Amino acid sequence: MRLSTFWYCLKQGVKNICRNIWFSLASAATISACIFLFCLFFSIIGNIQYMVQHVESTVGITVLFDETLPEEQILALGEQIGQRTEIKSMNYVSAQEAWDTFKTEYFAGHEELAEGFADDNPLAGSASYEIYLHDIEQQEGLVAYLEGLEGVRQVNYSNTTAAGFSSFNKMISLLSLVIIGVLLAVAVFLINNTISVAAAFRKQESQIMRLIGATNFMIRSPFIVEGVLIGLMGAVIPLIGMYFLYTRTVVYLMERFHILSNMLYFIPIEEIYPLMVGVALILGIGIGFFGSFFTIRKYLKV
Amino acid sequence: MIEISNINKTYETGNKALKDINIQIADGEFVFIMGRSGSGKSTLLKLLLKEAEPTSGRIVVNDMNLQKMPRRYVPKYRRRLGVVFQDFRLLKDRSVFENVAFAQRVVGASPRTIRESVPEMLKMVGLSAKYKMLPRQLSGGEQQRVAIARALINRPEVLLADEPTGNLDHQNAIEIMKLLKEINEGGTTVVVVTHSQEIVEQMGGRVITLERGRLISDEVKGGHSDET
Repeated sequence: MRLSTFWYCLKQGVKNICRNIWFSLASAATISACIFLFCLFFSIIGNIQYMVQHVESTVGITVLFDETLPEEQILALGEQIGQRTEIKSMNYVSAQEAWDTFKTEYFAGHEELAEGFADDNPLAGSASYEIYLHDIEQQEGLVAYLEGLEGVRQVNYSNTTAAGFSSFNKMISLLSLVIIGVLLAVAVFLINNTISVAAAFRKQESQIMRLIGATNFMIRSPFIVEGVLIGLMGAVIPLIGMYFLYTRTVVYLMERFHILSNMLYFIPIEEIYPLMVGVALILGIGIGFFGSFFTIRKYLKV
Repeated sequence: MIEISNINKTYETGNKALKDINIQIADGEFVFIMGRSGSGKSTLLKLLLKEAEPTSGRIVVNDMNLQKMPRRYVPKYRRRLGVVFQDFRLLKDRSVFENVAFAQRVVGASPRTIRESVPEMLKMVGLSAKYKMLPRQLSGGEQQRVAIARALINRPEVLLADEPTGNLDHQNAIEIMKLLKEINEGGTTVVVVTHSQEIVEQMGGRVITLERGRLISDEVKGGHSDET
């Protein structure tokens, strides 16, 4: 394609927008609203999942071994367990470490009470592994595996927590899919409408183009440019708004609910925003491109 | 050379628009196609423009068989034709210059080619001084001149004119016909579809008459041609 042809198509696309400025603005505003809602859900869902993942990562499995099992064998078993791919991290807690922690937590301020135990560790035989998973849904399978190991006395885990988080995650994903799907359909319908109006407005011009030998590409390009530009506008406006809204909301929530600060974990703007920009731009341009492409195919035939 | 052989066209409604039409038009000829409303002359023009397909028969334009032409070649084929309509079909929001340049832009001509050829074409149709004007600021005859300039800007081999004088007064109509004659004298084959007996008689030349989809006469300067 010649550069002059490219500029011609771009210019005609911009002219199309200007000719139907109110329709174009209405479409861009509606796409903006859709993409704004999308970004809002994207942020909410992303942050909920972030918090859920954080909480998940604190839910672990504790493996206790036979009291008579020597430490070397416990460590060997630990190495074997550590090869499982679903494990994110695991810590070995020796009997001495377990007793030290217990002393710190329960005899704080009354250390003299623990002195009575002297060198006699009441938690001898309580060496354990704390295991954290990549995905809490894999907990059940791993527990079955651990319980089947020889030398393992007990496996402590929370079944209800795992099930609760899994279903919560699934529900959020499903909800987001439905909402995004509906928003997409609305946006495509709107761009379709705008391009139909533009095509009707330029029907005579398109007919003339066709009869003087313009290719389909040449006839359709201005409409596709129009759709893409509207989509782009529809994406950029909410992205600017979201940047300020997100940063201010996070600051507000952290200040307002300071008491819950150990539970509220937000994705930093510099992490979530590039992804949001990418998805919103693809969405806006995609809606504009495909909406206009399929609409204009209906109107213009060789 | 335009060769129309045994052409029949029946629309989906059952209307038989053309019945066994045979016409040959040589390169550089000036031909009138006459007939009343519903005679099939517009359908014939549509077939030549490949806007519609015949039900049967064969159309060859400059060695290109239109029935065997793949769709992707249609735009290239149309660039070799110029077309003028009764209602001018100018872009109302663009100047005379832009209307003529439009035909070149849409076929991807370079800005330099456009800058050079549009003023030349406007000079030929006598509108050099009015290149900045909008169509609504021009008379009917002038608007048709713009349409002719647009049809000729890509140097077509054949010019098809569908009732080019239908919306004009007699004086303007004669001037437009004279312009078409001049274009023909430059070597372009010109096919004019009209229902105006007056114009045809005044201009002379070959006249093909259609009636209810049939070719009823093919006269060259008052006499019948050999074949068809």
